Amino acid sequence: MAVPDEQRYSGTTFAVQEEDHTLANTLRFFLNKNPQVTFCGYSIPHPTEDAVNIRVQTTGEVTASQALVGACEECAKVCRHTRAVFDNALDRFKQQNPTQGQ
Amino acid sequence: MTKKKKEKQKLPEPLETQRNYVLCGPIVNTHTSTATSASMYMPLGVDNAWDFDDWTGHFDIQVQELSPERLVFDMIGADPALANALRRILISEVPTVAIEHVFIVNNTSIIQDEVLSHRLGLVPLAVDPNALAWRSGEDAAGESNSVVFKLAVRCSRAADGSMVNDKVYSRDLVWLPSGSELPDETGCRFGRSQEGMFAAPPRDVEQNILLAKLRPGQCIELEAHAVKGVGREHAKWSPVATAWYRLHPEVVLLQPVAGADAQELAAAVPGLFTVQDGQLVVGEARQHEDKLERVRRLLEQDKWAEAIQLRKRKDHFIFTIESTGCVPAEDLFRMALEILAAKCDKLAARL
Repeated sequence: MAVPDEQRYSGTTFAVQEEDHTLANTLRFFLNKNPQVTFCGYSIPHPTEDAVNIRVQTTGEVTASQALVGACEECAKVCRHTRAVFDNALDRFKQQNPTQGQ
Repeated sequence: MTKKKKEKQKLPEPLETQRNYVLCGPIVNTHTSTATSASMYMPLGVDNAWDFDDWTGHFDIQVQELSPERLVFDMIGADPALANALRRILISEVPTVAIEHVFIVNNTSIIQDEVLSHRLGLVPLAVDPNALAWRSGEDAAGESNSVVFKLAVRCSRAADGSMVNDKVYSRDLVWLPSGSELPDETGCRFGRSQEGMFAAPPRDVEQNILLAKLRPGQCIELEAHAVKGVGREHAKWSPVATAWYRLHPEVVLLQPVAGADAQELAAAVPGLFTVQDGQLVVGEARQHEDKLERVRRLLEQDKWAEAIQLRKRKDHFIFTIESTGCVPAEDLFRMALEILAAKCDKLAARL
């Protein structure tokens, strides 16, 4: 018997300490791009407190935790790829402009 | 394995232009938000979900300018969330070494103790932050987490009447590799010398920063201890001065412009607009960025607003990273990427 979506819906608010817009906005971007996430957003409860609340709601196919872990992993992958592309671009530039740089 | 650049699914015009470009008007810019939701264009049959391979096909970095102090590069295909996160990390979370504790033995100058200490803290130091460990409140100050400098300057009058040492510069800071000379007062004891611990002997970057002015008979004698920190805690630890990005601008013709109109535009914005065979030709906006505000002013008139368009590419960032000199600019960007990846890994591990 098929389980209706309402019973499988997964929604969690993650209260993350010692983080701010830097991480939360980046994760929100990756979560938003995930078709299994129905809602995602973050808020800073108070500017003097070093904490951020990240809200994730999914269709139920994955849990909210899994969606957030997936977003973290995608972000890390993107950082590593950016690093590789950056290193290549620098090597290309240094070859074409041997006088510039260190 | 050949990588084929997958064609990004296009939306019908004008949605495609609005999705990719910020349109600049005379008073406000429009369509400034980025489309990030996966199901946003579902009714049109376009899939906006995250696809890593698709993204790597469109992502590129092109370096424009490189020196130890300054790095300018184009980042194409990134989202503002990523670019902003890297900018924020560059400013506030890449660690550096700066003077934190100042132990003043004698200060008979006109500069107050606290003002002099504040200035010392802001001096950029050429110390590799990776070579030093973090010092938290409970840790003992030692050779692994502190760098000790001494400043001892006395102003006197020479035989010919001129003043000697009347200006105290940052180059007068002397590195003490064997540690504090006042271990009982400072509480900093080195187990062994720091000789050889750093790739180059620690010193200040600029050498020419004026710290204080003295007159004959005045002296400054102090010991300054530098520790590793991040810009979040105090701006003296920020390694950039500063880091920013802007969007790639474009000027396009919406309809052909000829004759007197073309001459008028070419006179209003010379260089960017030229007339060839009576037709208006638009040059590269990047090469005439100082004149783009004139284009914006022209758009106030309806006849030009229908003919030309000033717009900015939403996913094309021109990053500038200006280092204070403690760490080369290219290393700063690599460190920022590592720090962002480490934050994500740390959070994923806790979930």
